[in-house]
Amino acid sequence: MKVTREEILHIANLARLNLEENEIDKYLENLDDILNFAKIVNNAPVDGLGITIGANEAKNVFRKDEIKVFEDTESLLQNAESTEQNMFKIPKVI
Amino acid sequence: MNITELTVHELQEKLKNKELTITEITKAYTDRINEKEKDVQAFVTTLTDTALRESEEIQTKVEKGELTGEFAGIPIGIKDNMCTKGIKTTCSSRMLENFIAPYDATVVEKLNKENMINLGKLNMDEFAMGASTEYSYFKKTRNPWNLNKVPGGSSGGSAAAVAANMVPWALGSDTGGSIRQPSSFCGVVGLKPTYGLVSRYGLVAFASSLDQIGPITKDVYDSAMLLNLISGYDEKDTTSSDRKKVDYTKCLKNNVKGLKIGVAKEFFGEGINKEVKSSLQRAIETYKNLGAEIEEFSLDIAQYALATYYIVACAEASSNLGRFDGIRYGYRTKEFKNLRDLYKKSRSEGFGPEVKRRIILGTYVLSSGYYDAYYKKAQQVRTLVMNEFDKAFEKYDVILTPTSPTVAFDIGSKSNNPLEMYLSDICTVSLNIAGLPGISIPCGIDKTGMPIGMQLIGNKFEEETILNAAYTFEQATKFREKYKPGI
Amino acid sequence: MSREDYEVIIGLEVHAELSTKTKIFCSCPTEFGGAPNTHTCPICMAMPGTLPVLNEKVVEYAVKAGLATNCEISKNSKNDRKNYYYPDLPKSYQISQYDKPLCENGEVEIETKDGKKTIRIERIHIEEDAGKLNHDDFGGGSLVDLNRAGVPLIETVSRPDMRSAEEAENYLRKLKSIFEYIEVSDCKMQEGSLRADVNVSVRKKGDTKLGTRTEMKNMNSFKSIVRAIDYEAERQIDVIENGGKIYQETLRWDDVSGKTFSMRDKEDAQDYRYFPDPDLVAIKLSEEYIQNIKNSLPELPESRKQRYLEEYKLSEKDAKLITSSKYLSDLFEEATAICNNAKAVNNWIISDISKILNENEMEPVQIPFNSKQLAKLIILIDKGTISSSIGKKVLAELFNNPRDPEEIIKEKGWIQISDEGAIKDVVLKVLKANPQSIEDYKGGKDKALGFLIGQAMKETKGKANPQMLNKMFLEELKK
Repeated sequence: MKVTREEILHIANLARLNLEENEIDKYLENLDDILNFAKIVNNAPVDGLGITIGANEAKNVFRKDEIKVFEDTESLLQNAESTEQNMFKIPKVI
Repeated sequence: MNITELTVHELQEKLKNKELTITEITKAYTDRINEKEKDVQAFVTTLTDTALRESEEIQTKVEKGELTGEFAGIPIGIKDNMCTKGIKTTCSSRMLENFIAPYDATVVEKLNKENMINLGKLNMDEFAMGASTEYSYFKKTRNPWNLNKVPGGSSGGSAAAVAANMVPWALGSDTGGSIRQPSSFCGVVGLKPTYGLVSRYGLVAFASSLDQIGPITKDVYDSAMLLNLISGYDEKDTTSSDRKKVDYTKCLKNNVKGLKIGVAKEFFGEGINKEVKSSLQRAIETYKNLGAEIEEFSLDIAQYALATYYIVACAEASSNLGRFDGIRYGYRTKEFKNLRDLYKKSRSEGFGPEVKRRIILGTYVLSSGYYDAYYKKAQQVRTLVMNEFDKAFEKYDVILTPTSPTVAFDIGSKSNNPLEMYLSDICTVSLNIAGLPGISIPCGIDKTGMPIGMQLIGNKFEEETILNAAYTFEQATKFREKYKPGI
Repeated sequence: MSREDYEVIIGLEVHAELSTKTKIFCSCPTEFGGAPNTHTCPICMAMPGTLPVLNEKVVEYAVKAGLATNCEISKNSKNDRKNYYYPDLPKSYQISQYDKPLCENGEVEIETKDGKKTIRIERIHIEEDAGKLNHDDFGGGSLVDLNRAGVPLIETVSRPDMRSAEEAENYLRKLKSIFEYIEVSDCKMQEGSLRADVNVSVRKKGDTKLGTRTEMKNMNSFKSIVRAIDYEAERQIDVIENGGKIYQETLRWDDVSGKTFSMRDKEDAQDYRYFPDPDLVAIKLSEEYIQNIKNSLPELPESRKQRYLEEYKLSEKDAKLITSSKYLSDLFEEATAICNNAKAVNNWIISDISKILNENEMEPVQIPFNSKQLAKLIILIDKGTISSSIGKKVLAELFNNPRDPEEIIKEKGWIQISDEGAIKDVVLKVLKANPQSIEDYKGGKDKALGFLIGQAMKETKGKANPQMLNKMFLEELKK
């Protein structure tokens, strides 16, 4: 099963990545190689096995509903390329 | 005496007997960094000046008796994917070239509480995605044993810096082998703790269900000490374990009599380099002579685990790296027509090819139509892998494998073949899939003089068992006394 | 075919912001407003390396909501990531719940013109709210404020069981009052803490399969929801009648033009790639935990209504109106407790107060005065200190500038005249000025008396005690 150009472009768009024309074939080839290897999971004897999400079986780890104010809120904007009125500036969104 | 060749416990000894001062130690390391960094290229950010200043402050506090902690003034290096307040945290990516975290990672807080001295942030594969540190946006770190070879990855900067005596020890992170494989390539000791033993808060996420922070050190005793410092429950990380803390230096008994070691024969099959195999065979003999009970057994999960690893890790990464959108922090493209253009250009220019490759793979396996065939299946295989290990640990205390199929390879020899690069994780990923602890220690060198690593796998939260097994082997073989990197 | 041959089918996805003190995954305050990006921290700003920790109250409130809407509570639940890019979503994924919501298979009963009707609830799940986009002064771009990012929401998804805009409105009002009663959300629609995504489709009467639906997102006023549904239903019917086809899409309702507009983005075939969030652990609720919450549930609107019928002998209609809002209902009970005149309190609420609310499109929570002040107003009337017509003026004043009614009437000089002498003077003055009315009365025209009393009221700006006026005019006219 080969991945098509259309598919990889759709996937790249979902991931908000541009693929240059000259890159597409390379990415396609890599993706095919890796998927061909990865599909061996379908040969694994897993009938009747449940899924594992994380590597630890912890449950119900909750936080108390108590306010802790983060003081240095300026530092949260200092890495932004463009801000205005203490907000992040982006192209106009309708 | 050559200060930078000492282990941390040796440094502590000399500090106690006043043979050395904190400033002397820090000076020795900053000199070493200034001398060797041009060859090894281990650091993204060096902090030599601030380190010297801090060392003087701490020295005086210690003299005044204001500081008494046994780690006060001990230098360390930190992989550049752990957040350090006020200091750049780049993940070796153009995306975060100028990123300054507004907070400290929990592990960094713990080191600061001990008044340890940060010598700098260490190079890595971009966002920890790689096995050679060639995928760093900034530089290719060299292997101190042979500057034409890779140090391994993704924690290549950390392992190389320890091997080259540019830091006494370092923190790395391990998602599929990123602590153990570079430690093996660089002839040092690397421990990947049980998932949940060390807080991930402040570790820039690659794959949340697999990532763990761990020590890279010159010997096993230092590994146990650094694990003492960074382990423990953190209310900021709900996946961290709340079991009570233990002192990992207490388990180093230098005795493996009766220890049941299982040798997983599939991990010695084709694809594993001959010299690596024979070196491991000698290590097994050593354990026999030390009174351990060795048994070969079948653990046929490596291929499944590796496939599962690349599905799960890339799926999680494709989501974890979504936040790098050029809005709040990180690289933003200079020219854009609209929001979508801003997103796409910023991400395409900010991420390197390997990161993009994995984001695309991860997005693909999660996308509608493929989820069940890949991601869901992988989660079932994950259960299978865990079950297989559970069975094995009913019979054995420790499972012994090579850390890597090969020794360090030449720079540039694999960087154009992703799949081949992925295969070098074959021995290490299954532990991350199952959440198990593993340690890599040097067990010999090949005829080209490159170190070979042995991996000891323990059951969940059984770090003490593998640390003792590793320590006992180390005491018997004295690798560090026999072999030193060329640099 | 005509409009009547079609059936409108409506489903609602209602988002309610929970009234917890802190956000769902970090300890920042949820409080509305605040200077931009001041209620934020590294976690809700999605700084690299940060991790979420679930707020226990969010789980508790969601379970409360589920029990109050007759849902089954899942003993085994989890959080999932919904991946999509938008500037108000800092992580580029929303932590929500996909295949294991906390609550499932509930139902609520609503009133319709043909009697009671059950609306089924498919699920209630917890998720995080997004930030806000503002437009900058120079129009050059948009500005992102993340104060709201991470505020906890419950999303209540109904089955497509509603058949008219009216039913949809009643269902939403019902949910709103339930959430207010159990105090999991303040449901302030004007602040966006209660919003609905409205799904509308049409089909020919008798058809069994559903037509293609369109969705209108983030509607936060009953009025526009009703208008939007009616408009969209008409539009779809027209399209079909003219041989056209309905596309499944998200529409934007424009209140000004009263039309819906397509928002379809050709570049974007949406695929949210839901998967379990590996940063969070499983939620496993014990029977005991669920029972404790069940036992802690307060009285719900239905049973309050019943109580009003019996205890206060209110009419079905009045009891329903008052209990439709926890705020009104509390106002009623508190004021009654003070003035113990349930009938009067009831009348003020259902007539004058409701009238003013409707005229100004206000929600009951926006009533500016408190139950004490309302009770005081009623006491003043009962004591005869003021007339009920003055009472209406006082109420208007309470809406403008709420304060003690006693002060108001002093200030405005609205105290009723009950002094014999003063009244007598007015009566004589009025009689003097209207000889014709005296003639008429004596000539048997009784309503002349009414006219005279009216004149006297005018003289005294309505402050004269009407009973006394009546009595005195009769005495004088008898002479």
